[in-house]
Amino acid sequence: MGVEITTTRIEDAAKWAKQSLVEKASNWGRKFSLFSYPFVTACCGMEFMSVAGPKYDLARFGAEFPRFSPRQSDLLMVVGTITEKQGPALKRVFDQMAEPKWVMAFGVCASTGGFYQNYSAMPGCDQVIPVDVYVPGCPPRPEQVLDAIIILMDRIQSGRGHSQLRTKREDIIAAQQAGEIVE
Amino acid sequence: MAQKVLDGLLKHHGSAVERTGSQHGDEIAWIKRDQLLEVARWLKTDPSMLFDAPVFVTAIDWLDYRPLNRPPSEAWAEGKPRFTVCYQLRSQTHRHRIRLEIELPETDPRLPSLSSLWPAFDWQERETFDMYGIKFDAHPDLRRIYMYEEFVGYPLRKDYPKEKRQPLVRRDDLPLNPIKAPGHGDR
Repeated sequence: MGVEITTTRIEDAAKWAKQSLVEKASNWGRKFSLFSYPFVTACCGMEFMSVAGPKYDLARFGAEFPRFSPRQSDLLMVVGTITEKQGPALKRVFDQMAEPKWVMAFGVCASTGGFYQNYSAMPGCDQVIPVDVYVPGCPPRPEQVLDAIIILMDRIQSGRGHSQLRTKREDIIAAQQAGEIVE
Repeated sequence: MAQKVLDGLLKHHGSAVERTGSQHGDEIAWIKRDQLLEVARWLKTDPSMLFDAPVFVTAIDWLDYRPLNRPPSEAWAEGKPRFTVCYQLRSQTHRHRIRLEIELPETDPRLPSLSSLWPAFDWQERETFDMYGIKFDAHPDLRRIYMYEEFVGYPLRKDYPKEKRQPLVRRDDLPLNPIKAPGHGDR
């Protein structure tokens, strides 16, 4: 995709933004400033507090503040069991977050339902929202969570998060529909 | 311990009591359901009883249950009513307890509500209705309390399939159909 001669500056910038250098820079910025929204429903919340507290210190990796508003956060941490009754609320919180956004399933209940295989528990929050990184454990050790954060940071840097891939896909589809065939 | 409660109950409301028993230090009286309300009112107001503290109400589903030591020929499951509703009561004044058990058939699981006497039973009767489908007559607000309104069936009944899910919302790329695991809980 070369830069055409007759383009405005904004169009130029938009195409430039799709190219690797700026994308790398913005992803570098994103991965070191994750603002998490802890959707805490169960006992894994204790472990989240431990990770966010001074001993294990999630802030070392830039995930400094838990923001309790989905509008201001870009990492949704689903911490604990999700019931079927909570599904609409979780989906709504996820939809309210601004792009790009990432989701971590914290603990085995949020990942698969855990041992709650019954009428009320949802078999993993990925039934409702796309999940980028799963952390098993009941509850997971803080080291596992830090490891997951690092995996997620790699994924953000290489642009492989769900919402990043979706945005790229939508851009390609839009470009194809507009006649700019991208091969 | 509370044998005197059973004695008083048999003396004043002997026609309402089907049988009595005792287990692990708790006295149990099986009550006929059409006389439950007057028995309960008497237990609450009589000076020698004064059951002022409601402890819990729940239900038991006896579907396919057979006692371990008895052969099936004793036909426990044949004429046995399917549900049992338990009311546990306690008296703070006299420090005695009693459990009222009401047996209900599968076809007509209803009994009078005791939430007019003990308001604390209100939500617990709603929970019993939610989980077992027991209908409490004259209950002020008999709705589901834990499950959502769209839920079909009663999840703690023994014939509710173990793996059955009733999702409210799913991702766009996943089917909304309930997950079915063949051979698990399908009766």
